[in-house]
Amino acid sequence: MGMRKVAIVGAGITKFVRRAQETGPELAYQASKMALDSCGLKLKDIEMITLGTAPDAFDGVHMKGEYLLGGAGGNKKPYIRNFVGGGTGVFAPIHGWMHVASGMCDLCMVVCEEKMSSCHPHPQGAFLTIFDHTTEQPIKPTLIWIFALEMKRYMETYGLKPEDVARVAVKNKKNALDHPSAQVAEELTVEDIVNSEVLADPVHRLDISPASDGAAAVILASEHVAKRLTDKPVWIEGVGWNLDTAYWATKDLYYPRYVEKAARMAYDMAGIKEPHKEIQVAEPYDPFDYKELHHMEGLLLCERGEAARLTAEGYTARDGNLPICPSGGALGVGNPIAATGLMKVIEIFLQLRGEAGKRQVPGNPRVGLAQAWGDLMQVGTVIVLKR
Amino acid sequence: MNNRVGIIGIGCTGFKPVSPDVSYRELIFEAAQKAYTEAGLHPKEIDSFISATEDFIEGYSIADEYVPDQLGAVMKSVHTVTADFLQALGVGYMMVKTGQFKTIAIEGHSKVSNIETLDEVMAFALDPIYIRPLKENADFIAGLEMRRFLERTGNTEEQCASVVVKNRKNALNNPYAGYGAIFNESDVLNSEPISLPLKQLDKAQTSDGAVVCVIAEESTAKSLCKNPVWIDGIMWYSDNANVWSRCMSEANYIKLAAKKAYEMAGIKNPVKDTQFAEVCDEYSFKELQHLEALGIARRGEAGFLTANGFTALDGVYPVNPSGGSLGVGHTFEASGGMKVFEAVMQLRGEAGKRQVKNARRGIVQIYRGVPTSTGAVAVLSNE
Repeated sequence: MGMRKVAIVGAGITKFVRRAQETGPELAYQASKMALDSCGLKLKDIEMITLGTAPDAFDGVHMKGEYLLGGAGGNKKPYIRNFVGGGTGVFAPIHGWMHVASGMCDLCMVVCEEKMSSCHPHPQGAFLTIFDHTTEQPIKPTLIWIFALEMKRYMETYGLKPEDVARVAVKNKKNALDHPSAQVAEELTVEDIVNSEVLADPVHRLDISPASDGAAAVILASEHVAKRLTDKPVWIEGVGWNLDTAYWATKDLYYPRYVEKAARMAYDMAGIKEPHKEIQVAEPYDPFDYKELHHMEGLLLCERGEAARLTAEGYTARDGNLPICPSGGALGVGNPIAATGLMKVIEIFLQLRGEAGKRQVPGNPRVGLAQAWGDLMQVGTVIVLKR
Repeated sequence: MNNRVGIIGIGCTGFKPVSPDVSYRELIFEAAQKAYTEAGLHPKEIDSFISATEDFIEGYSIADEYVPDQLGAVMKSVHTVTADFLQALGVGYMMVKTGQFKTIAIEGHSKVSNIETLDEVMAFALDPIYIRPLKENADFIAGLEMRRFLERTGNTEEQCASVVVKNRKNALNNPYAGYGAIFNESDVLNSEPISLPLKQLDKAQTSDGAVVCVIAEESTAKSLCKNPVWIDGIMWYSDNANVWSRCMSEANYIKLAAKKAYEMAGIKNPVKDTQFAEVCDEYSFKELQHLEALGIARRGEAGFLTANGFTALDGVYPVNPSGGSLGVGHTFEASGGMKVFEAVMQLRGEAGKRQVKNARRGIVQIYRGVPTSTGAVAVLSNE
């Protein structure tokens, strides 16, 4: 029994901004419309819809999926919201893949929306309630605080200095100068990063992606429909996701083992044996600069502890051997959480089609991957795309 | 691709108004353990897991963090849908159909007794710009909808009351139900008004509990289980998102979902082709509205049929033999779980005093609750 092949045939992304004037449903509408227009489809052609968006607390709306329904085109359609925290953006197209690969439909739209700015005074506030009510909330941890622990552990394990990590931020923010949706693209130096304000040692302000509003959408099609719609379908060859324990304090944070498991699941499905050789362009999740390094290792794109050195050598630059985050990533384009993950999938889609414009990586890549991460340093979601 | 998908194990904690003795994680653990034991599988052997939760009901942001540990799913592929259990079952069905997954566990739970301000939480589900400033709650909208439904279809308040009488009576035979009681129609009609014509007893009260079920593709199901319950059809649909511009007299979301689910299952006439239905009765009138949308009753006739015993446990076509949400308690995202559990018990012939005779196929239907317009329909069978 052969699996039904699923292709991405169209995509759309709004601008990523700090405070969008549009409501959440309006952002979802914009991205959906762009995606439909990009492949010459109308909403009536779409049979099923899956939506990804991170916590309801950003918008202060209970059942946020139902709230975004109209904007995401879900009226009078089978519509569902999938949710794996920060990993949602890459999981959403995986969810869409299930819709098409199962034979339930031939055309599925995947929409990801995030409007963080509704949360006052700062969206970080929404994260105060992600912690265990008994063991963690009483000590009032924040996300930056726990990621500082992880970053410190990672740096200490491999003897990295702040400068080694900061190079990722420099690279991504510069890459983002060529991205039309970018929010914080900038030419900076390593000194700018390491001299920016310390938020929770060793995390500096410029080590972190911004809070953003934005939306993205892709259209997925079954094989026979995809071939009618486009000459350049990009196939979803492998999908993987994995969730680790919620008790993050019980594990060694230096290595994201759940990302490795998710990657192996996707590689197995895609028939990839040597990811560091076979993957030609990658968009790992980079909400913090150290996370890109952490994830490159978890995705088996390099040896453990090698990612910082490879970055310093330009191996991961847009014209390097393995371009990492050629879009500019969350650090440069912005980080409207679920929409960021899908933006990364769209970047690989465009790179494999040779349509990334000034961001195009050399060498006509045929295989790429996108990855997202989230929850309490807990979930990895991976998608492998092939031309 | 015509491989069937079967339910090979299901575990349920039972439902009660409060559960101060256990945490929600312990509820899930209990249901999971029962389901895995029935399925004869260790969670390590299960390919993927799906949970159905909503952040605001859980009291956590990103509540899917707290899914894997008590489900035995640490370092496994786990995801959440912010949807009803029945929709999660639909996603599981799709995953099996991709051919990449052999066995999947689906989890839904309710620990709603932990919520101190349920009405306020539900008010957060209203559109923040257009509806919330009016300071009306979900019951108010349900009242509007009930009035519109009764007026357009000719069903009556008295007939809605007979839904309550039937379901709470059915629940007396259900050891898992928290609200079994003997009432008569006048008790319901004379209960305190909430938002007329909606009255206190027309509304389901809340319950705590958890359900976990394990599904498998056909050959795995047959090798592991002597009496799998097959998912013959399943689909979910949403109507218009906007409360102010949607049809209130009919449940269009169920009409649409039922059409697809029946098509998948090859059902032409639900009353002839199935033997019972578990439908959403979060409010009494919703059962009537859903029966009409499901094609079990013609428009305007659901109330008459109910009042005359057609849908009673010993009637022609039993509806909500479990007692429904009115009798078992409303369990939010776990509602579909409660209903699937009942359908599996009926189809296995294990429903005890509330057993429907000759049950071979049943319909399970859910609604996501006011103010949403999302629902799902499944057809389950034992043959």
